[in-house]
Order: sequence, then structure tokens, then C-alpha cells
Amino acid sequence: MSQSAEKVLDHFDLFRQPEYVEMFEDKKSNFEAPHPQEKITEVIEWTKTWDYREKNFAREALTVNPAKACQPLGAVFAAVGFEGTMPFVHGSQGCVAYYRSHFSRHFKEPSSCVSSSMTEDAAVFGGLNNMIDGLANTYSMYKPKMIAVSTTCMAEVIGDDLNAFIKTSKEKGSVPEEYDVPFAHTPAFVGSHITGYDNAMKGILAHFWDGKAGTVPALERKPNNKINFLGGFDGYTVGNLREVKRIFNMMGIEYTILGDNSDVWDTPADGEFRMYDGGTTLEDAANSIHAKATISMQEYCTEKTLPFIAEHGQEVVALNHPIGVEATDKFIMEVARLTGATIPDELSKERGRLVDAIADSNAHIHGKKFAIYGDPDMCLGLAAFLLELGGEPTHVLATNGNKEWAEKVQALFDASPFGKNCHVYAGKDLWHMRSLLFTEPVDFLIGNTYGKYLMRDTGTPLIRIGFPVFDRHHKHRYPVWGYQGTMNVLVWILDAIFEQIDRNTIVPAKTDYSFDIIR
Amino acid sequence: MSLSVEEVKARNKELIQDVLSVYPEKTAKRRAKHLGTYEEGKPDCGVKSNIKSIPGVMTIRGCAYAGSKGVVWGPIKDMIHISHGPVGCGQYSWAARRNYYIGTTGVDTFVTMQFTSDFQEKDIVFGGDKKLEKIIDEIQDLFPLNKGISVQSECPIGLIGDDIEAVSKKKSKEYNGKTIVPVRCEGFRGVSQSLGHHIANDAIRDWVFDKPATQEMKFESTPYDVAIIGDYNIGGDAWSSRILLEEMGLRVIAQWSGDGSLAELENTPKAKLNVLHCYRSMNYISRHMEEKYGIPWVEYNFFGPSKIEESLRNIAAHFDDKIKENAEKVIEKYKALMQAVIDKYRPRLEGKKVMLFVGGLRPRHVIGAYEDLGMEVIGTGYEFGHNDDYQRTTHYVKDGTLIYDDVTGYEFEQFVEKLQPDLVASGIKEKYVFQKMGFPFRQMHSWDYSGPYHGFDGFAIFARDMDMAINNPIWSKTKAPWK
Repeated sequence: MSQSAEKVLDHFDLFRQPEYVEMFEDKKSNFEAPHPQEKITEVIEWTKTWDYREKNFAREALTVNPAKACQPLGAVFAAVGFEGTMPFVHGSQGCVAYYRSHFSRHFKEPSSCVSSSMTEDAAVFGGLNNMIDGLANTYSMYKPKMIAVSTTCMAEVIGDDLNAFIKTSKEKGSVPEEYDVPFAHTPAFVGSHITGYDNAMKGILAHFWDGKAGTVPALERKPNNKINFLGGFDGYTVGNLREVKRIFNMMGIEYTILGDNSDVWDTPADGEFRMYDGGTTLEDAANSIHAKATISMQEYCTEKTLPFIAEHGQEVVALNHPIGVEATDKFIMEVARLTGATIPDELSKERGRLVDAIADSNAHIHGKKFAIYGDPDMCLGLAAFLLELGGEPTHVLATNGNKEWAEKVQALFDASPFGKNCHVYAGKDLWHMRSLLFTEPVDFLIGNTYGKYLMRDTGTPLIRIGFPVFDRHHKHRYPVWGYQGTMNVLVWILDAIFEQIDRNTIVPAKTDYSFDIIR
Repeated sequence: MSLSVEEVKARNKELIQDVLSVYPEKTAKRRAKHLGTYEEGKPDCGVKSNIKSIPGVMTIRGCAYAGSKGVVWGPIKDMIHISHGPVGCGQYSWAARRNYYIGTTGVDTFVTMQFTSDFQEKDIVFGGDKKLEKIIDEIQDLFPLNKGISVQSECPIGLIGDDIEAVSKKKSKEYNGKTIVPVRCEGFRGVSQSLGHHIANDAIRDWVFDKPATQEMKFESTPYDVAIIGDYNIGGDAWSSRILLEEMGLRVIAQWSGDGSLAELENTPKAKLNVLHCYRSMNYISRHMEEKYGIPWVEYNFFGPSKIEESLRNIAAHFDDKIKENAEKVIEKYKALMQAVIDKYRPRLEGKKVMLFVGGLRPRHVIGAYEDLGMEVIGTGYEFGHNDDYQRTTHYVKDGTLIYDDVTGYEFEQFVEKLQPDLVASGIKEKYVFQKMGFPFRQMHSWDYSGPYHGFDGFAIFARDMDMAINNPIWSKTKAPWK
């Protein structure tokens, strides 16, 4: 017996004790009918080969360890960015339990969202009654200012019509006639969570701008000098939106953040649970039609929303998750151009500090090879930054990236001497990435928490940047946008590099001559 | 000042009325049946259960897919479980339940991987059977050491009329009788995870037990062969349970399903006794094995020394004197450790009040462990329990305990606010709500990434964790000093 009250052993240590190790061996050999170890070793080695890689890349039907989620997750992300808004997902209830858990595991925050809890009878007769009852219950229990409706694949397969259902629900008195219930169809079998963000955002804007589903006259645009800002689906939304607001305030511009979920996913522990906190006011959401222009930080999260806004007469600008000096310059200059603001000296100083930091540290990054995976825009942003640092984004992979995205990444490679041996992979998954890392190894992997399995299998150190990050705390509080945000990314990359150098030089009397205290 | 039992009951009644007043009339009527107070001597807890959740109320429940893939099948380590349908379900449940296992992931074991058919619009329109066939071929190609495949249906499968049974049969034949299991656990079936457990149990019956065994191995029966049923090895729970059964001279021939393998499933009908931890999720297969193979089953509870000791004796009672004596020896062996744990933690936890809301067996099973530490459970409820769970709960709860079935977000928040427990023990979706409100909290699905909590070894960890939750200095600082 190894357990003691003095020093309690939990799973980290308990199961390494001899009584457990012996038990595991007995279980395996006596009851599991295991494959012979030689066979296992043979397959392990085979999975590292080019032969395996070719078979792996020949897959047409099977997806293994994808780096994407489904539409409604993105719809919920967008909805909670509006003041007092409850996301309402029409369809099976299990989905909502999953979205809430997923967000809570990433942000370490509550995630409120309701479901219309459709079951077999609704599958047969449609979910109208679920909508009628659901809206009424949510409205009376949680007193939201707005209920933003999206759908699970169940409701989509049976073809429930949200517009008609919401209208009927209002007629039945579930919520007042004039109450705001924007909606978006978000089938899980189309696109990914970034598509869901796009559809929900467009649905909410269309609701306010185009006459609330035909119940009031459409708004008439009276252009003002404001700009709208769209962050897209972003795991760093808490840090990023606050940083963007700081920059905008510094520039003295008038702006509306559309879908500001930075407060609802960062509420204080002061004795009160805030189901709603902050967010874009409904008034601002409506008035955002009058803005001069809209800037989107993530083109592939706003493929429908931006054209919709453009149709209403605004100039629109799409960026690709800008990280780095050049990308941030472009962001800042675009904002200045659109608003006519002058760029304050303080911001120029921040830029200078970032350049200074890169000048101090680039020698450790120059020539290093990286594999990156994540959402399409983040991949573009990170790849551009690495190229700027003299690093090589050797493998860039987005499960939810398309052909057009791949061309854009290729153009980025082509524009830099450091992009020469780099490749882009659209629509591939992390099991493909595993083959890439074995056959064409890199120095570091950049991706979300699931990348730790690739780190274990291939030995490639993981730098956690992406969504979700479940196994490190509070990273979402840091911005990755702006010069200061870029500084965070730079430091995360450098920390990983220095830690790796230390790990490789730590053996006494063997490698520790390089175990330097100054680097 | 503490209230008398009658005062507690009156307070609960008032509290329930208060909470119900927020609902539209129809909903209040329906929810009223799920909220109550345990009255001593009654055969159940006086609440309705296993009924559809009400739309829009923020139920904590999941779906049948979660019950099958997430709970029952997912932990079977040497099989590949395909999340069949769109990408989300598999993604959100990917490695989230901490079903520990030993093996080379991606080569001979696959638990912490996400295999999905990633349905696209064309699969919905034209059906996914062809794609499923191809997926099985590709699995065979790339993961040659897999022992079997299960097809975990997501919502669309049952709606578009796919015939996954036909595909499974065809492919099984093509691959020399390989175990390929179609599971009809579409998320819209039933009212919660619970039906998913049942469907998954039935799938094992029909597609594993009722087929010729596929795993060749030497197996000599002994009179002491038992199978652990309904332990998902969360944080290693099944391991810290197995070690006790083995120490008392029993031979554990299978684990269902944490760290389990197909060979173990196939061999289970040779057990002399099935020992059942999570009654809710695996009573079905236990009853089936009793009827078909004559294997008796016994429920047990490995939370906290009082219940562990009682359970070891109950299990031993099914065997000869040697095992009975061994059980006493095992109890004796751990006495000092248990006393040391209680001596260390009980003074820090004595009299602390707990409110629970969990799934499966935990709303009742963990009560004894809290009581061993001098704590009191003042409210409890099941996410997806049935009436037989509430009947069993009567053996654990005290007169006047507040009971809430399929609690809604609003209700739980109100109950906790009014009852002011010292600890709330529930799930990830609830954790941060209550921490914001200033209540210490432990996740009782994932053990808050700690564990194991089962067995004597696990109780030490349980006690440590409850202490660190309740007695962390941060809870005295939620109010700013100037407010």
C-alpha cells in the first residue's frame, strides 16, 4: 500500500506504484488478448513512414482528430456578445450541453445557453411546440433582453422553419410581439463553427437592420463617422476585444464592437453570478447600420456578414487575424484611413517596442521550422508573423480551410524567402498532421490543446495558441492582436524555444556546458 | 441555529413554491412534480423522473449519443468508435471524460481520439451508408490493430433512413466476422443520456454476446471470477477498485468499460458474479447476463470507508469462507490509513453542508463518503435518474433532504442561494456559476481532473480534495473590503 494521509497520492503518482504496475501487467496479459509487442512496435514504426503518410493522405471518407467544431457553437459564441442575450438552440438538447461544457472548459467561465429539447415526437411532427414553449420559458425564467435562435442538425434535417416558428410563437404569446428574436439556420453538416459565427452574426444584424423579420420598416442608413468591428470566432476574445477597445480609444475614434463577449466570459467572483454582462447594446447593434465602414479581423468568419454589410452601403475591410508588425500596421492604418483619425504617438511607440523586442530575440527564431494548425484566419495570421520573424511555417493546416484559403496561404509563402519550403493543407486533420510531423519534422508545433497528443507521439514541442485551450489556464485573458498582443505571441514562442534549449542541455557532464544562464 | 426537521421541510416547501413562481403556469405544473423533500419512511423521494426536459429551461442533461459513445462504448479501448454524423458531437466529447486506459494510442488503443464521418450536406441528401463502408475500409487500412468498430449514431442517421445495421453486417462478413457494432443512439432518442446507456447495453448484447467470439485467448475459469460493471475508470476509479477485489482473492476478468477491451466483453459471460457500480448505466446488461447466463449481480459502493467495507462484505457473501476472511483482512489492512485520513480531514470538514447534482449513481453513492468526513448532504438530485434510483436513494438521504430531479439552471441557483451550503458538487456547466456566487465547488463527473475517488486509495484523494475546495483561503476574499 503506497497511499498515505500524510502525502496523498492521486492519479499522477498513485498508479506508478508497484502494486498498480503489477496489476496492469496482469490485466493485460491475462484478459485483454493483446497483440504481441513486436507487432505493436512494427505498426508504431510503420505509422512514421512515407508509406503510411501516402495511405493516410489517400483517405476520402474518414476524418480523424479534426481541428474544427460545428456551426451552432459559433452561433452561440456570436450571440452571447450582445447585451442580455440568451442563445437558444433549436433541436436536440445534448448539443447545448456540449457547447456549454466546451466553452466553460476553455474560458473557465459559466456559459449560459438553452435548448428547445426536441425528442422523437418532435422529429416526427416538427419542433414548433418546442419553440413556443421554449421561448416562453426562457423569457420568463432568465429575463433576457434578446433571444438569439440557431439550430442543431436535427432541426435542420427535418426542415424546421425558424422564421415561421418564431412568428407563430409570438402570436401564441411566448414573447411580446416587439421582442427581439433574431435567428440563423446553422446546420452542423455545412462548414464549421466559423460558419456558424458568420450566420448568427448576419442573422442578428439582418434582424435589426432589415425590419425585424418584416414586423417593422427596415432601417434607413444615415452614414456617420463610426466604424464597426467584428472579431470573428476567437478563443482570445476576452483579451483581444479589450485590447482593440484600448487601441480605438487611444485613437479617439467612435466605434461599435459587434458581438462583444469579452465581459460575459470574464465576470468577477464577488458573490454574484452574472448570467449576462456587457455586450453590444441592442441599440448599438441597430445603429451599426449607419457606420461608415466595418472591419473584420477574420475574413473566413465573416464571408456572409461582410457582403451583407457592404450591400447596405458600408465599406468593408477583411483582415486575416493580424499578428505581427506588418499585419498590425495594416490594421491600424486601415482604421486610421476609414475614420480619418491620426495614429497617436503612443501607438507608434508600442510599435517601436515590438520591433525592438523582435530585434532582441529573432536570432532564436530565425530559420526554425514550425507546423501550424487552427482556424483559417489564425493560420494566416500566425504564418505571416513567423515569416516576419525569419521562421518557416513549414506545415500550415486548417481542417475548415478551403481551396481559396490555401491559395492565399501559398501567396503568403511565395512572397517571402522563408516560405520557400512551406506547404499548406486545406481540409486535412490532425492525423494527417501526425504523418507530416513524422516524415517532415519541424522544430515546434503551434495549435490548440489537442496538439498535445501530437507532441506525445512525435516529440514536437507544442506552443498552445488556438481554441480550445483546456489544459492551460487563463491564456484567453491575453490579447494576441495589436502590437501588445503580438508581443504576447512572441513571448510564448520564445518561452517554448528557451525551454526546449534548456531541456536539451540539462544533462550534467554531458550537455550542460550549454546550460547557459544568459541567452 | 439549526432548524428542526419539520422546519426544514416547511422551508423547502416554501422555497419550491418560490422557485416555481417564475415559470409560466404549464411549466410550473410540470416542474412541481420533480421537486420535493424526502420524507422518512417513504419508498422513494417523492419526485417524478425520467421525463422529457422542458424546452428553454436550461436543463443540464445531455443526449443518447452522450450516453452511448460518451459513457458506455467510448472507454472500450481497443475498438474504434466512429461518431457517425456531423463533426460536433465527437469533437465536444473528445477525451473529455478522462476514461483512463493503458495502451499505445492510435496503434492498439483509441480512446482519446476522435473518429468521425464528418457529414456534409451531400451525405444528408444522398445518405451516408456508402461513406460508412469506405470509412470502415480506411480504418482497417490505417489502424490494422483495432479489435473492432462501433458506429455511434448522431441525430441525422435515424432521420435520413440510413441502414447502418446492413453496412455493419456486410463489412463484418467482408472482414472475417470482425466485430462491427451499429448503435442507434441518435441524440433525439429518449429524454436524456439514459436511453443511450440502454441502447448501448443492448448493442453489446446483440452484436458482441450473440456473435461468435473474435478474440482468441487462453481462458481457464476459476470459482472467483468477477466482472466490474459500470465503472468508467474516470481518473483511474476502476483501478483503485480492482485492486481491492484482487486483494480479497477475486479474479477480475473484465472491466466495463473503463480500460476495458473487446476480449473482456466477450469473456464476461464466464464470470461467477457481476459487481455493479453504476446501476443506472449498466443494470440492463447485468439483468441480461443474469437471465441468459445465470450470473448473479450485486450492487456495490466504493465511495468512503463505511460503504466500501459494507460493499466488500456484500461481495464476499457471494463466495466461500476464504473470500469472506480475505475481505475482513483487506478491511483491516486499510483501517489505519482510513483512520489517518479521517483524523486529518474530519476536523476541517465536520458539519459542513453539501448540495449535489450529478448523473448516474453519484447523487446517492457519494453521500456516505461525505458522512465519513462528518459532512452532511442537504440536497441532491439526478440528471437522468429513474424511479429505481430515487428508491435506492432513500437508503442514503436523511429526512428533510431537498430533492430536485433534472434541475434547471435557475432552480439550482435559487436553491443554493437559499440553502447556503458549504460546498456544491456538480458538473462543469455549474462549476463557475457557483464559484462566482462564492461557493466552493467540486466537479463530481470528472473529479475536477483529480481522482481516483473509488476505493480506499481514492478516499484519501476525495478527502483531500473536499478539504482544499472548502478551506481554500480565496473564499474569504470574494467581497471587497471597502464594500
